[in-house]
Amino acid sequence: MSSTDISINKDVHHAHEEHDHHHDQNFFEKYIFSQDHKVIAKQFLFAGIFWGFVGGFLSVIFRLQLGWPEATFTFLEPILGGWIVNGKLDPEFYLALVTMHGTIMVFFVLTAGLSGTFSNFLIPLQIGARDMASGFMNMLSFWIFFMASVVMFISLFLSTGPAGGGWTVYPPLSALPQAISGSGTGMTLWLVSMALFIVSQLLGGVNYITTVINLRTKGMSMTKLPLTIWAFFLTAILGLLSFPVLFSAALLLIFDRSFGTSFYLSDIYIAGEALSNTGGSAILFQHLFWFLGHPEVYIVILPTFGIVSEVIATNSRKPIFGYRAMIGSLLGISLLSFVVWAHHMFVTGMNPFLGSVFMFLTLIIAVPSAVKVFNWLATLWRGNIRFTAAMMFAIAFVSLFISGGLTGIILGNSSLDIMLHDTYFVIAHFHLVMGAAAFFGMFCGIYHWFPKMFGRMMDEKLGYVHFWFTFLSAYLVFMPMHYLGIAGFPRRYYSWTGFNAFNMFADMNSFISIAAILGFTAQIIFLFNFVYSIFKGRRATANPWHSNTLEWTTPVNPGHGNWPGEIPTVYRWPYDYSKPGAVEDYIPQHVPFSQTQSSNLPHERDLE
Amino acid sequence: MVAKSLGEENNTAGVHPLKFTLWLIIISIIMMFAAFTSAYLVRRAEGNWLEFDLPNILLINTVIIALSSVTMQMAHNAAASDNISRMRLLLYLTFGLGITFLIGQWNGWSELVSNNVFFGGETSNPSGSFMYVLTGVHAFHIITGLLYLAFVITASIRYKVHSKSMLRIQLCTIYWHFLGGLWLYLYIFLRLNH
Repeated sequence: MSSTDISINKDVHHAHEEHDHHHDQNFFEKYIFSQDHKVIAKQFLFAGIFWGFVGGFLSVIFRLQLGWPEATFTFLEPILGGWIVNGKLDPEFYLALVTMHGTIMVFFVLTAGLSGTFSNFLIPLQIGARDMASGFMNMLSFWIFFMASVVMFISLFLSTGPAGGGWTVYPPLSALPQAISGSGTGMTLWLVSMALFIVSQLLGGVNYITTVINLRTKGMSMTKLPLTIWAFFLTAILGLLSFPVLFSAALLLIFDRSFGTSFYLSDIYIAGEALSNTGGSAILFQHLFWFLGHPEVYIVILPTFGIVSEVIATNSRKPIFGYRAMIGSLLGISLLSFVVWAHHMFVTGMNPFLGSVFMFLTLIIAVPSAVKVFNWLATLWRGNIRFTAAMMFAIAFVSLFISGGLTGIILGNSSLDIMLHDTYFVIAHFHLVMGAAAFFGMFCGIYHWFPKMFGRMMDEKLGYVHFWFTFLSAYLVFMPMHYLGIAGFPRRYYSWTGFNAFNMFADMNSFISIAAILGFTAQIIFLFNFVYSIFKGRRATANPWHSNTLEWTTPVNPGHGNWPGEIPTVYRWPYDYSKPGAVEDYIPQHVPFSQTQSSNLPHERDLE
Repeated sequence: MVAKSLGEENNTAGVHPLKFTLWLIIISIIMMFAAFTSAYLVRRAEGNWLEFDLPNILLINTVIIALSSVTMQMAHNAAASDNISRMRLLLYLTFGLGITFLIGQWNGWSELVSNNVFFGGETSNPSGSFMYVLTGVHAFHIITGLLYLAFVITASIRYKVHSKSMLRIQLCTIYWHFLGGLWLYLYIFLRLNH
């Protein structure tokens, strides 16, 4: 029976019909080149955690430099080798550190690690599908991402250093190898890695969209989808529309670097000598880059919107407040994300009228964002809240999103942005609203779905310790940065002690660095908890959180094809928590109305 | 392999998942060219733009690729009516026309070079570079289309393409029409913005 239901490996089964249909896959089929969405999700998760630690470690190194600019770092020589010159961090390596920190965190952790893990894991499980539309493409997506990872990782160990022109790789700095050492081989590898990364994201995204559109189980209409799926779906659409544009931009940059074209280069003098390039436009790159770059920040944050909505509703034991408004605001944010890119470019000398158009559109985003925040708070309001570790992270997510979002309204105003551009105010804003917030959403998802991924629970007490250290250090790091930024403290400066205006902030910078190191150290608690729980954690039940969505109707360790028997049919929306008159405080999506007559609302009686 | 591993069970959209996937891939290619052509327009508006004549062969190429779309559609129809030998002939013809198109593009590039319009180097101007990028990236996609066409031809030789098994040739036809349409757009775009 199950072999006919399991669509994804149909031909494998047919090839071995004489065997038992639960034939054992070998190690490679099962764990390495697996086409099972659950295994691929875990692969993305492990890769994401690995990259998260690399990216976090890089930030600790440059925080050391910023916090104690006069100190000597000879003790780092065993790790950094030649990058420590006479006890001092090499200035160009500092630029490479911030570049790689940004690239790794934005793309490798919060795009691939986040979407790759949760879209892959939850889409088939929550919509009631055996697997992704194309398991093969899904596998390809991970392995191309793996190749991108390898190339990026190798670039960290080049003698000329990894890419150093900032994660936005603005030309001409990034286009001219003679400009800084980070624009040499490191930049080439950066571009190769990102090209592979884009291909991987497109393969993944195409699969997510197709699966959501095509493979929903019986009864699962678009308005019965959990908000997680809506969020992953729209994230994938954003990626599909914006990543090809980055690919175009990167391709032209590659041509400029290696084939002598002048798309972005014009009238440049290096060491008193004019380059032959004429007719290019550096601003053109910024337009192309931010046409991806802005949707990209929503690619990072939208999945966590979905995860947090789901976790807050489950653990408040209340229906999500304003389900349709939540979908509407997701749609609104997705739409607006494509028409606001130039708010990153207010200081490029653009036409002030154009600036005010982009300012207006940018400020409109506050509306759907506020709708979401209001709905989360209203869901929490008088809920029967269970403070699981996942719930703590979800609530903290809302807090960080509010704190970071408010400064977005300040930066969205072109006149204010011109003052604050390239200061630590910007750093504080985006780290709170999309950096820390997205990380909290990711942790929230890991703690919540860990039982379904590994069949065991994570340790709650360690989870609380991890949570409080991370939460406190997130605020201790980024709140003071607002003050630095308002004082005009510029970002990307290796050494600021030479400026009288900034010398007074030495203590504050040390304070931020201590908080950052604390925050990084706290992640080791998480890593321990994560690895320990995979092997030794308390065994989970099939539905430990008493949640409504379909993934909890699978066995504790769902096998190939997810459901051993038939795929459950869906009768109701996923948020029937604490319904008056119901026996329990949750009614899963696959329970028909005929079985819940005591709690049915008047309009649901017809569905009995 | 991929096509077969897909189940038809509980398909909620009424479109084969792979066909849907192909449409999504087409959208991403459209976005790529939208980026190139809008960059072209923005850059052109800034001045310092070398004007040159488009190679005449591009018009001939446009006719060739339009013809190949026709033969591709005829091959598809022949497969639907189980006229296998006619289908194969038309597939070969489409493949040949595709190759001819590529050779034509190559000649177009040679003509540009002989007119001192270069892709890179000291005397190059973005207007020429854009010309090469637009046609070059399109040619790359034509090559991917030809590879897929070759895959369909191999399947047809093994009698795997017929009225009961249309998915391969359907996908190929959609992709090939798209590549033709894309070229038409690029040609008209270059004609108008010159």
